[in-house]
Amino acid sequence: MYPAAFDYKRPESAAEAISLVNEFGDDAKFLAGGHSLLPLMKLRLAQPTVLIDIGRLADLSYIRDAGDHIAIGALTRHKDVETSALLRQHVPLLADAAAHVGDRQVRHRGTIGGSIAHADSASDLPATILALGAKLIAEGIGGRREIPAVDFFKGFLESALLPDELLVEIQVPKMSNAGWSFLKFNRRAQDWAIVGVAAWRDAGNCGVALVNMGSTPILATSVVRAIADGASVTDAAALACAEAEPQSDNNATAEYRTHLAQVLVKRALETCSR
Amino acid sequence: MSQMIKVAITVNGQHTTAMVEPRTLLVQYLRDNLNLTATNVGCDTSSCGACTVHLNGEAVKSCTILAVQADGENVTTVEGLANGNEMHPMQQAFMANHGLQCGYCTPGMVMAAISLVKDIPNPTEEDVRIGLEGNLCRCTGYHNIVQSVLAYAEGK
Ligand SMILES: Cc1cc2nc3c(=O)[nH]c(=O)nc-3n(C[C@H](O)[C@H](O)[C@H](O)COP(=O)(O)OP(=O)(O)OC[C@H]3O[C@@H](n4cnc5c(N)ncnc54)[C@H](O)[C@@H]3O)c2cc1C
Ligand code: FES
Ligand code: FES
Repeated sequence: MYPAAFDYKRPESAAEAISLVNEFGDDAKFLAGGHSLLPLMKLRLAQPTVLIDIGRLADLSYIRDAGDHIAIGALTRHKDVETSALLRQHVPLLADAAAHVGDRQVRHRGTIGGSIAHADSASDLPATILALGAKLIAEGIGGRREIPAVDFFKGFLESALLPDELLVEIQVPKMSNAGWSFLKFNRRAQDWAIVGVAAWRDAGNCGVALVNMGSTPILATSVVRAIADGASVTDAAALACAEAEPQSDNNATAEYRTHLAQVLVKRALETCSR
Repeated sequence: MSQMIKVAITVNGQHTTAMVEPRTLLVQYLRDNLNLTATNVGCDTSSCGACTVHLNGEAVKSCTILAVQADGENVTTVEGLANGNEMHPMQQAFMANHGLQCGYCTPGMVMAAISLVKDIPNPTEEDVRIGLEGNLCRCTGYHNIVQSVLAYAEGK
């Protein structure tokens, strides 16, 4: 299957990529790893007329210690997130979530920035950075701005990025010694999550977010509040779906997802609390 | 007339070049431009792994990469593995352990398996099963494929 025809641009820098997207406007799309965009284009569900290939902008691929957080370049591939010693030490939840994405071939190509910018609620990394309270750094013609993860996911495949903005960096707070758990329930290897949970807990503080439980990744704020108020794991997990809007599809009904989310949140919190 | 772009890709150690439409997939470049038809297209939707090749030494699905994204890079297909008439040890392990039936998935399996054992030199059976999750086989039930990869890793 061929995608519909398009023109191809390969900028040498982030600045050039931003100026190109301004020149071509709504018809242009960035191409990072291509592992969400190209499948959509082959099915003709997306038909951009210009692709701006940022996939090999090496200066946007890095994982750095930045004091209280780890700074990750948007073009860093899932494989590099998964195997990063720095992340395994300071943000093991994110490294583990990256290891759950697709299969090895997918992780050799897909990028953390592409996964977050695509804003698919069924993806593993958007919920994970939401649970961790990450910040997203976007760059446009008007300069750089910082978007907290809670304000980033706006709707189905819709993010707070403006059409001419490039996601350049993801800043993830260090977890110190918090307990953590990433659980992904699917029926077949390689599949997307039917429901997933990313959770961490450090005494009275915790973060919990859900994969594929609505049109955006869902921050389970009722669970977090209950834990802060001293609720048991069982009581807190019963509130797992307070913010969720699960849909029914071929894989599961909304009722099944609701049940599953409660079970998985309970398991995840138990693991975190050990 | 849509845009045509010149790509130069090193494939199995040979310099290759062609004018392509940007929408040309790497697997089409390999099969149609270079006539390297061992790399198969199974699903064409990024799921089955039959199209797996190495891009700069790493397993990737060539149905989900544009030829222009591989411009200037190194690609290896299953045709590039043998040393003259001598098959690559992974190919020999598949043959010795009956790791294929119809053979459709095999080029992709072999390429994925070599990449896997490069990253995990002494894999357990579970490592192999999880590591090959991106490759589907309709015939073998996977058992002998897993045995082939383990035999290769042990015999290295
Ligand atoms: C077979 C298969 C299985 C998969 N399984 C999973 C899974 O289990 N879990 C999971 O989470 N994901 C899964 N994925 C998706 C994979 O993680 C993708 O790599 C990821 O969603 C998109 O990253 P990318 O770099 O490939 O982005 P692309 O496909 O290149 O881009 C995606 C979108 O984001 C935009 N974009 C990309 N980078 C930027 C940027 N820096 N700034 C602004 N906009 C940008 C693009 O314009 C495009 O609209 C799977 C994919 C495949 C093919
Ligand atoms: S043909 Fe590429 S993954 Fe199936
Ligand atoms: S041997 Fe027939 S598909 Fe694997």
